[in-house]
Amino acid sequence: MTPLAQLLEAALFSAARPLTVEELGTLDADATHADVRVALDLIREHYDFDQHGIELVELAGGYQILTRPVHAAAIERAQFSGRTPKLTAATLETLAVIAYRQPVGRAEIEEIRGVSAGGVLRSLQERGLIEVVGRSEGMGRPLLYGTTPLFLELLGLRDLSDLPKAEELTIALHMHQATGDTEGAEVTVAAES
Amino acid sequence: MTTPAAPGWLAGGSGFVVELDAFSGPLDLLLHLLREEQLDIADIPIARIADQFLRSIHQLGLNQAADYLEMAGRLVRLKAQMLLPRRPEEDGWEDPRAELVRRLLEYQQIREIALWMGRSAERRSEQYARGYLPPPPVFPPPPLTLDIMDLLQAVERVIAAIPSPVLHKVVARPLDVEGATRRIEALLEERGEIGWLEALGPRPTIVDLLSTLLAILELAKRGSLHITQPAPFSPMVIARDATRPAA
Repeated sequence: MTPLAQLLEAALFSAARPLTVEELGTLDADATHADVRVALDLIREHYDFDQHGIELVELAGGYQILTRPVHAAAIERAQFSGRTPKLTAATLETLAVIAYRQPVGRAEIEEIRGVSAGGVLRSLQERGLIEVVGRSEGMGRPLLYGTTPLFLELLGLRDLSDLPKAEELTIALHMHQATGDTEGAEVTVAAES
Repeated sequence: MTTPAAPGWLAGGSGFVVELDAFSGPLDLLLHLLREEQLDIADIPIARIADQFLRSIHQLGLNQAADYLEMAGRLVRLKAQMLLPRRPEEDGWEDPRAELVRRLLEYQQIREIALWMGRSAERRSEQYARGYLPPPPVFPPPPLTLDIMDLLQAVERVIAAIPSPVLHKVVARPLDVEGATRRIEALLEERGEIGWLEALGPRPTIVDLLSTLLAILELAKRGSLHITQPAPFSPMVIARDATRPAA
């Protein structure tokens, strides 16, 4: 372990959230981003090679030290730490719509899910998983929502591109175009009779 | 047959979330029905599905849920549209089901993504970060999402919290018989003879009137004063008993 790797390890250990390469770079004025990445690899290899109970995970655009999944059950049993409660279907569906269509307004979310979304949106906002990212130009200038870094953290994603692509899904459907029309969907459906 | 406990939104209260045990919305229910019957999404027998949908929401006791009713309305309308006769050679006929099919497919895709996201979150929850972190504080929704009712309710709460000033209603003490007696004696002391209406004082209440009358009668009985009426129907005149010296 190099001195820089040791410094980064200490910082990652002390932090309550994933730290980005940029943030880690501020620890040592002489270290370039490339140096930071090399040091991070060193830490990761160190944990993996020596089979530590913790690992370095790339998450929400940054890095975080987490326990390995294999120890989850024992830690939970001993009640040293609690598992985050499961997300409900309504919560997950709403998050899915927002993640793929952001920035997106409440009306579109309700149209896709077929149910009113006010309560779910409010609770997602309170939990910091979504945020208001702007207002639509449309009538009444409705609020537009987007996902937050905390959303990525919750799902253990590096960034939004970690979400499954449309072509990876079993139900192929043209993804939402930036222009906001959903005409593409009709094409796949046209196989009537 | 047992009735399940009414969910919160049935019990009354706004902003309900249709989070029944089985279905997360009308589209979910519709997909369930199609799956159950092993029907092709692209060629839905609308009449059959509409009937089943209506029966289901009846059974589920979802009658109050506007979202389900809206879908029921759409299905019934589609059913009617499908019954309209059309000539086979007719061009430009647009399948009225196309919009519904599009929505179902779209929703199905969202559901698949939601499942994937649920599994991701599950995996992530098997890894712990260092140390205990208190859950983030729950903030009220930012001001922009307030609607007028929230605002009015907040104003009401603030107003309700203001202590109301303690108000005393000052009520003039009614004249009792004793008081009236003293008053009449004092007046007679001064003038010797007064009209009885003068004994009442300004703006007498009914209590004042009765007290004064009783006092006059009492004093007359004691012999402290005389009551005379100079002419029929004229006001009584009361005079000090001249035989007795003023106290």
